[in-house]
Amino acid sequence: MKFSDFVKKDAIRANLQSTSKEAVIDELVQSLLDAGEIAADQRDDIIAAIMKREELGSTGIGRGVAVPHTKHPSVPELVGTVGVSEAGVDFDSLDGERVQLFFLLISPPERPGDHLRALENISRQLRDESFCRFLKQSKTADDIQQLLQEADDNQFAAG
Amino acid sequence: MNQNPQDTPIPLQKQVVIINPQGLHARPADMLVRCADGFDSTITIQKGSETVDCRSILSLLTLGATEGTELTLTAQGHDAEAALAAIGELFELGFHELGQPSQ
Repeated sequence: MKFSDFVKKDAIRANLQSTSKEAVIDELVQSLLDAGEIAADQRDDIIAAIMKREELGSTGIGRGVAVPHTKHPSVPELVGTVGVSEAGVDFDSLDGERVQLFFLLISPPERPGDHLRALENISRQLRDESFCRFLKQSKTADDIQQLLQEADDNQFAAG
Repeated sequence: MNQNPQDTPIPLQKQVVIINPQGLHARPADMLVRCADGFDSTITIQKGSETVDCRSILSLLTLGATEGTELTLTAQGHDAEAALAAIGELFELGFHELGQPSQ
């Protein structure tokens, strides 16, 4: 699975303003709503579900990366967005580091395989340090989109 | 040159299968890392030709291991046997998410 299969271009956000876990999840879910990828009346329920998942253990998986996610019956297919925070957000990460890169995923309940393949793609690409560093330095949504495209085109280490 | 055989114990292996429908997603990967951190042994997980460190959540997620995937656990160290038993149990219990509503 490639980034372009689940990352919704219009929902990508550089310069995230939030400084707390709940606020940054709200900001990212709102970006999907603004992009027309989720229904307005489902917004609060989706945020609550993602926060509930975080209570089971932070999705801050280290290296300044978090993958907040939930299953939600309102989405017909996997939808995701990418956000970058220059200052970083305290996300209770497993390694204690502040999170600068967010990959937020919402998937239909009956499609666990898609969610796994998205996680597989994200983690594979993030193992490349330059990809990780360039993403964190991105100043605009276009920069992020271009990096994701380059990753999809195997311009970073695919191993 | 005079290495005691006990200093370089032979690696032990165990086959496991993913039985939870959600597969090896972020939370099970986190459980594996936490479990592995409780042992001194080197622990790896192999899927096909790919082998990853059981202490790296990012590496574990690159396996994209779905329900039904067969994996090989390898542990090397003085507590390898206990490590394989503990990690193997997580797989056998479906990472404690069998019969729970999916999240």
